[in-house]
Amino acid sequence: MSTDLLEAPAPSGKDPVAAERRQLIQAAARGTLKRRRTVALGIRILFGTCMILTLVPLVALVGYVSKRGVGALSVAFFTHTPTPEGIPGGGISNAIVGSLLINGLALVIAMPIGLLVALFLIERRGPVANVIRFGADVLTGIPSILIGLFAYAIIVAHTHFSAYSASVALAVLMLPIMIRGDEEAMRTIPNELWEAGLALGARQSRVVRSVVVRGAIPGLVTANLLALARAVGETAPLLFTAIGSQLFSLSFNQPMNAIPIVIYQDGTTAFKDLQSDAWGAAFVLMAGVLVLSIIGRTFAARLTRKSR
Amino acid sequence: MTDTTSAVAARIQQEVLAQGPGSVDLLDAPAAVTLTDVAIDFGPVHAVRRVTFPLAANRVTALVGPSGCGKTTVLRAINRMHDRSGGKVSGSIRLGDQEIYGRDAQPELIRSRIGMVFQRPNPFPTMSIIDNVTSGLRFNGIRNKKVLAEAAESALSAAALWETVKDRLDQPAVRLSGGQQQRLCIARALAVEPEVLLMDEPCSALDPISTSAIEETIVELASEVTIALVTHNMFQATRCADLTAVFLLDDTDHIGELVEYGATQQIFSAPSDPRTEQYVTGQVS
Repeated sequence: MSTDLLEAPAPSGKDPVAAERRQLIQAAARGTLKRRRTVALGIRILFGTCMILTLVPLVALVGYVSKRGVGALSVAFFTHTPTPEGIPGGGISNAIVGSLLINGLALVIAMPIGLLVALFLIERRGPVANVIRFGADVLTGIPSILIGLFAYAIIVAHTHFSAYSASVALAVLMLPIMIRGDEEAMRTIPNELWEAGLALGARQSRVVRSVVVRGAIPGLVTANLLALARAVGETAPLLFTAIGSQLFSLSFNQPMNAIPIVIYQDGTTAFKDLQSDAWGAAFVLMAGVLVLSIIGRTFAARLTRKSR
Repeated sequence: MTDTTSAVAARIQQEVLAQGPGSVDLLDAPAAVTLTDVAIDFGPVHAVRRVTFPLAANRVTALVGPSGCGKTTVLRAINRMHDRSGGKVSGSIRLGDQEIYGRDAQPELIRSRIGMVFQRPNPFPTMSIIDNVTSGLRFNGIRNKKVLAEAAESALSAAALWETVKDRLDQPAVRLSGGQQQRLCIARALAVEPEVLLMDEPCSALDPISTSAIEETIVELASEVTIALVTHNMFQATRCADLTAVFLLDDTDHIGELVEYGATQQIFSAPSDPRTEQYVTGQVS
């Protein structure tokens, strides 16, 4: 091409109006620099304060529950069933096992339904999908006590208080969180990968299984654990359904104890030793939710790393 | 329009003329796929219409034209990729004797006979190199490990990737470079032993070295599989394609149309339609 471009004098610059405008802009930039820096500093301080205000209740809560709760812990606390007030050596073993069983069954009920509904939302655009999505969003906001009442009306009122009715209530509570979480997780799978699968002659269902669900596993695990963590601490639905029990029970058809019920019932008595049990139970619940979150995150992180 | 584009066009014509007179018998070759009066609509929007041309068996056919003229839309219609995005295809597309949009046509079976390579490399990120290559076979129900391994080696060799990856077949596919990922996607499509391979601007996301490597692969593959190649790059069309279909937008209603189909050399050296001439000499962009 032309070598004279390299030797030619530089273009003679901008027209005078633009040059004047450039000067104006640069002068304004210098003139306002100090004010802009001050504003930036002010905003930093504001955000910093907000962050501290957010963390204070969290740290205070964790600290206080730990302080009161750790004192109540002992081996017997984890291995024994409750004793009446004034009799030492009681524990919440039945509540711990009860919480595991009730939430486990709720997870088993809600997880497949949540995944299937999420898949439907991804694959079907249109009024039905919009209604379901709207319904899930509304359901997320429904007070848990109403969900408890619902389970009471459709199950307990026709039978009796039972652990499985509690699981149904918690499953209803988990479902909307799972649906939206699963949907978000699977939406991250790009359309190009769907098409890559289809272009190889795969059936839709096979693409969903081998490409979409497989790729979304970290997100799916996180979404489901989030829903579980939310359900584990719910109290109101349990009061209408599992109702609580002093006995150790493994039967889903019987009333069952659970950690939030212990906190609610023992915490509101006038007896010091029962109150202490309630603090202990609160600490166990808090630690459990924390462990659940950590497991979820590490699991998700490991899967993501592997796929890189 | 500018001096540079007509200079490019002039160079293309020179290259084409240097290759000697166009062979007419190309046009008499048997067709692997036949498109007859194909039109594609997305709801109320008409994307392309009046598309009639064949994909000659074991030849490379380039689909060229300016942006938005419907060449990718036509390509995707050939293996029913519009089923998912809601595009409506009318007219007739036949794979051999099989009507692709016929009532008895199974989209999955058609897609396993007509493979596709996309604009951007899209290996499955959760799968290893080897699992990517064999995924199509596994999706179609093949479990025999020996068959899978043989198909993988043969497909990776055909895509000129075998020597590069044979010692790390179990590594994640996404660790490969962009050009290698695109080769992997070609291998993945070839492993199913398709009769036709659709390539949608397969080099547009790649650097010049990867591009020329993939172009060589395309030319080599043509002896075994019928290839349709969408490209923006007229040099690529002249380098790779035996036949070329030129698409342009209608001036009045902006719907894409096929304006000319013929041997690549003839299209670029002596186009019969004045609109093609304008396009290949850079007067339409």
